[in-house]
Amino acid sequence: MDLSFTETQDMLRETLARFLADTYDFETRKKMLARPEGRDPGIWNALATEMGILSAPFAEEHGGMGGGAIENMIVMEELGKVIAIEPYLQTVVIGGNALKYAGGAHADALIPQIIGGEAIFAFAYAEPKGRYDLARIETTAKKDGAGYVLNGHKAVVYAAPWATHLLVTARTGGSGPDREGVELFLVDAKAAGITRRDYPTVDGFMASEVYFENVAIGGDALLPGGLDLIERLVDDATMAVCAEGLGAGRRHHELTLAYTKERKQFGQPIGKFQALQFRLADMMVEAEQIESMVLMGTLKLDLPSAERKAAVSLAKAKVARSLRFIGQNATQTHGGIGITMELAAAHYFKRTTMIEGQFGSPDYHLERYEALTLPA
Amino acid sequence: MDLEFSPEEIAFRDEVRAFIAENYPAELRGKQDEGDDLTKEDFLSWHRVLAKKGWIAPAWPVEYGGPGWTATQRYIWSEETARADCIRIMPFGITMVGPVIYTFGTPEQKARFLPGILSGDDWWCQGYSEPGAGSDLASLRTRAVLSDDGTHYIVNGQKTWTTMAQHADWGFFLVRTNPDAKQQEGISFLLIDMKTPGITVRPIITLGGEHEVNEVFLEDVKVPVENRIYEENKGWTCAKFLLAHERAGIAGVAASKRGIEKIRDIASTEMDGDRPLLSNPFYRRKVAELEMDLTALEFTELRTLANEAAGRDAGAAANVLKIKGSEIQQRITELVLEAAGHYGAPYFRGFGEGDNEHPIGPEWANRAAPSYYNMRKTTIYGGSNEVQRNIIAKMVLGL
Repeated sequence: MDLSFTETQDMLRETLARFLADTYDFETRKKMLARPEGRDPGIWNALATEMGILSAPFAEEHGGMGGGAIENMIVMEELGKVIAIEPYLQTVVIGGNALKYAGGAHADALIPQIIGGEAIFAFAYAEPKGRYDLARIETTAKKDGAGYVLNGHKAVVYAAPWATHLLVTARTGGSGPDREGVELFLVDAKAAGITRRDYPTVDGFMASEVYFENVAIGGDALLPGGLDLIERLVDDATMAVCAEGLGAGRRHHELTLAYTKERKQFGQPIGKFQALQFRLADMMVEAEQIESMVLMGTLKLDLPSAERKAAVSLAKAKVARSLRFIGQNATQTHGGIGITMELAAAHYFKRTTMIEGQFGSPDYHLERYEALTLPA
Repeated sequence: MDLEFSPEEIAFRDEVRAFIAENYPAELRGKQDEGDDLTKEDFLSWHRVLAKKGWIAPAWPVEYGGPGWTATQRYIWSEETARADCIRIMPFGITMVGPVIYTFGTPEQKARFLPGILSGDDWWCQGYSEPGAGSDLASLRTRAVLSDDGTHYIVNGQKTWTTMAQHADWGFFLVRTNPDAKQQEGISFLLIDMKTPGITVRPIITLGGEHEVNEVFLEDVKVPVENRIYEENKGWTCAKFLLAHERAGIAGVAASKRGIEKIRDIASTEMDGDRPLLSNPFYRRKVAELEMDLTALEFTELRTLANEAAGRDAGAAANVLKIKGSEIQQRITELVLEAAGHYGAPYFRGFGEGDNEHPIGPEWANRAAPSYYNMRKTTIYGGSNEVQRNIIAKMVLGL
């Protein structure tokens, strides 16, 4: 067993951290959010071309650095530290992995475009009524000659307003919770028949309701693998947001700690009060457990699916609970200023709260874990 | 002892219910639910209806304009207004400064200020917290210096977290009149006309995007000495009295009951696979636990009211009510946010003027995250829950 990072991995982290420290301070981030498109595309371009960061988890044959899930974990953690609003999760983690697992012509064509910063992906899997169950979808993909025709409504698709490509889950058959008939499609975001309602999210991203009306796609748009593939992608993505949560939660704790040292009430820094010392210590205990679970879950992504799912579900449930503890206590410790837009720490609270539910709430994941591992 | 309402109390409940049904302003119906930003006029329209009926100030003595209700009638009143989703009555005049004025004010001050509070003609705000004086309120530094001729104070300083100050006609302020005395002993309680030159109100936007609170800057603000309530340097007495009043209402039992009812409704329609979310064993257990804690809170409030009515010392009850009441309010928003699932994320602030966009996802979900963020304030304001525990430890437990 070896839980240490390689030199290359350390270097990736340091390079990215330095870049983000220079480009992603609170005021700059605020200005990005205020732009009509809700981001600064220059940052993404710089990550791709100047920094080469987007190549980290891809194979050398596609122009990548030969990394994988660990590299994604490192990048997501660093992005979390500055609550970045870059579409790395959607593009590199989900889009990139979908292409890697599919291989062939799609991978050869699109991975270089991801690495170069030209292709941006969004993952259209959620639906208005499905909650977290990946199979409960009503979007249909009807066979039509060699291709398919998509119809349906996808909910809260993060990064869709920026996307060049959509990964869409749809049914070619079956219904309700059936595993059979659920498939993943790679769709040009500009395809005829796709309409969007774009909006900002509470945590600073842009997202859309995406509507498909008789969207004709080719037969090669189907990425083979069905629900198994979709579950794998979502587990990869789940661990990536856990890593983002680690970065954000740690920084939220650090910002709170710094505040308790400077904020004076009753004639002393509030950090001198034992009640708050215990609270800050407990927050750190939670942050440590987040880090452990992020590592555990990420390292188990390649295990057989039942073991992988059990590990990811435990990790996500624990990370969500710990983030809630850190977020709520950080906010309480700041007092009134903690719930204002003016305070950087408050924006961490907004993001980590959304991470709690992203790709499944603790209730969902604990139920999935129980079903997989406990006798009925 | 008897838990049942008497026939008179039932008759009163029916009267209240009928009155609300007939008189609650039609244009306000549903506004609370849709999460609209309520305007000053919204608040005032319901306020005026109640003022006209003589029900605007349930806890005030009859001689000052109260309806003369018993504690049980007041309990019924809060239950019924919450049940009907009535918008809340702004507390700053009716439950905060009003009681201070009729308890500590001169006959002239009562005559001058109480009618405007009751009618709603005067909108009040509370100038307590300062950037450096939050939980440690007594360390406040806004300075008031008496003029040489003794006719007025000159006030300089800054207040913060001043709720709805953007609408306010008047503010009640804690100011330091003697910087040399021990902290609590050099503070005075001033009523300040918010139109006085030298006052600047600046908005603070909170995490849900709301403009509820403000910073208030005071620069050489001239305040007539007759606007001081009670003696100079004895303002802390008024402040403590007011904080006790604020805490009593802060439990929010009736509103939380209504909040849980809404969760039951939401989770009965929101599907979780083949079952309603409310049938999800994890979710329903959380609802049950919330109801358990709310029941404990409700009966703590009822015991407190009974003790007050009997003239017994309430002990730590007000602090218990604040601590548990605020935590329960927050847990309600947690459960709504969990019910929202993916639709917790969209940031939707529609229904503004000229905005006819329909909400994103279920209507109730649009305010789920902003409310969750916003309600973190409940364990911070009105004396943070840490301060409540300090009070219990020091004043009640003698530690």
